[in-house]
Amino acid sequence: MLNFDKEYFNIGYLDTLAYKNTFVHRLDPRVKLVTTIVFVFMVVSFPKYELSKLIPFFIFPVFMSAAGEIPARFILKKLLFVSPFVFFVAIFNPVFDTAAMYNLYGIKFSGGWVSCISIMIRFTLTISSALLLVATTSFPGVCRALERLYVPKVFVVQLFFLYRYLFVLAEETMRIVRAINMRTFGRKKYGLKIFISTIGLLFMKTVERSERIYHSMCSRGFNGEIRLLKMDKTGFADIVFAVTAIALFIIFRRYDIARILGELAL
Amino acid sequence: MSHHIIDFKDVHFTYPDGTKALDGISFRITHGESVGIVGANGAGKSTLISHMNGYLLPAKGTIIIGDMHLNKSTINNARKTVGVVFQNPDDQLFMPTVFDDVAFGPLNLGMTEERVVERSNEALNTVGCSHLKDKPPHHLSMGQKRAVTIAGVIAMQSDILVMDEPAASLDPKSRRQLINLLKEFRHTKIIASHDLDLIMDVCERCLVISDGKVAADGATGELLTNEQLLEENNLELPLSLQNR
Repeated sequence: MLNFDKEYFNIGYLDTLAYKNTFVHRLDPRVKLVTTIVFVFMVVSFPKYELSKLIPFFIFPVFMSAAGEIPARFILKKLLFVSPFVFFVAIFNPVFDTAAMYNLYGIKFSGGWVSCISIMIRFTLTISSALLLVATTSFPGVCRALERLYVPKVFVVQLFFLYRYLFVLAEETMRIVRAINMRTFGRKKYGLKIFISTIGLLFMKTVERSERIYHSMCSRGFNGEIRLLKMDKTGFADIVFAVTAIALFIIFRRYDIARILGELAL
Repeated sequence: MSHHIIDFKDVHFTYPDGTKALDGISFRITHGESVGIVGANGAGKSTLISHMNGYLLPAKGTIIIGDMHLNKSTINNARKTVGVVFQNPDDQLFMPTVFDDVAFGPLNLGMTEERVVERSNEALNTVGCSHLKDKPPHHLSMGQKRAVTIAGVIAMQSDILVMDEPAASLDPKSRRQLINLLKEFRHTKIIASHDLDLIMDVCERCLVISDGKVAADGATGELLTNEQLLEENNLELPLSLQNR
C-alpha cells in the first residue's frame, strides 16, 4: 500500500472508533466535552515543577480508553507522532533552569529537568484526553456539543465542513498520487514541477467542488444560515459521570494523592 | 394550477466564456410524468437541470415552475417545488452524518424539530437507509450515498424530482435497486442520463437534446429505438436492444 493511502486509512480509523456502542460512547457529547475541558484546565493549572499531583490524573484517560474500548496502542502512536513538537519546547528548560531541585540516589535533577518532565506529562494527559474525546464521541458529536454550548455557529459549521471534506480531499489526493505513481515506475522523487502542478490541480478541483456544493446547498433551501437539530439529551448517567469525574479532578488537584499513598505504603 | 408542471419557453443561456449551452429550448412537462433527458456530452443536459431550480437563470425566454415564473424573487419557492439530485453524491452530502444531511432541507423549510425528525426518518426508510443514519457519508458505498441523496430530496417533499446521471458509478445491483425505487415514486420525475436502458425502464417520455435545443420529444420506446435519430445525436441504441 502506498504511504498516502496508509495515512488516509489512519485518519479513517479514529473515525471508525467513534461509532462503537459502549457506555462512554453513549454519554452526551456535551458532558464529555465539558468534563474533558475541566480535566485539561486542572492539568495545566499546576505550578511548573509539579510532578506527583499529576500522576492520579492518568485515571481519566485510562478509564476512557478501557471503557470506550479504544486501543491504547493507537492513542500512544498518535501521542508519539506529535510528541516532537512538545519535546522541542520542553527540552530548553534544563538549559536555562539549572538550579538543583531533587537528589535521587546521588543523581541531581535541576528544576529545568523537572519542569521538562512535567510538561511532557501534561502533554500526554491533555492530548490523550482530547484524542479519546474524539474517539469516543466522533468529530461531528464534538462539533454539535460545541454548538449546544453556545460556541458561534459560524465556527462550528466550518468545523463540520472541514471534517466532511477532509476525507473527500484526501481521497482526491490519493487518486492523484496513485496516478503519478502508476507512471513514475518506482522513482521516489517526483520533482518540484510535478508537486506544484499536483497542488494546483487539487486547488482547482477544490474550487470547482465548492461551487457544486454551494449549488446543492442552495437547491435545498440554504439562505446563508445553517440550521442544526438539537438531538442530544442529558440523562442521569451523564450527570453521574460528569459529577464523579469533576469531583475526582478537584480532589486530585487539591490533595497529593500519589504522595499520600506512597507515605501509607512506606 | 398543479405544482408539478415545468414549462420552458424559448430558453437561451450562454456561459461567460461564450459557450452557448441552451439555444431556444422549449418543452412542457406535466403532472406525474417521467421524462428522460438524453443527449451527447455538451448537449446542454446539466445546464438545463441547473435552470430547473434557478441555479442558473435564462438570458432570454421564460421558465414556469408550477404556477410561478422563475426569476430571482421566486427562486426560493421554486426550490421547494423542484428537488434536484446531483451527479456526484459527494457534492450533495455535505453534512457530517447521514441524518443531518437528510434533515438539512426540511430544517430550511422552517419545520419544527419533531416534524424534521419524522420526515427524515420516513425518507430514510423509503430508500432503505435508516440503518445508516448515524454514519458519516464518507463511510458509505456509492450506492448508499446515492440512496441518501435521494432521501435528502424526498424529505423535502418536493413535487418534482430532477436527477442528473443517477446511475453513474453504481454497480449493477445498486443500479437495479435505484431503478425499482424510482419506479415506485409518484412524483413528476426528470432524469438526465447517458444510461439509455435506465431511461427505457423508468421514463415513458424522452427528450433528445442536441446543441441546446430539443431534437426530439416523444415516447421513450419510439425515440430510443430510432437508430437514425440516435445516430444523428451521437447516441446509440440502449445496450438491451443491441445485437438482437
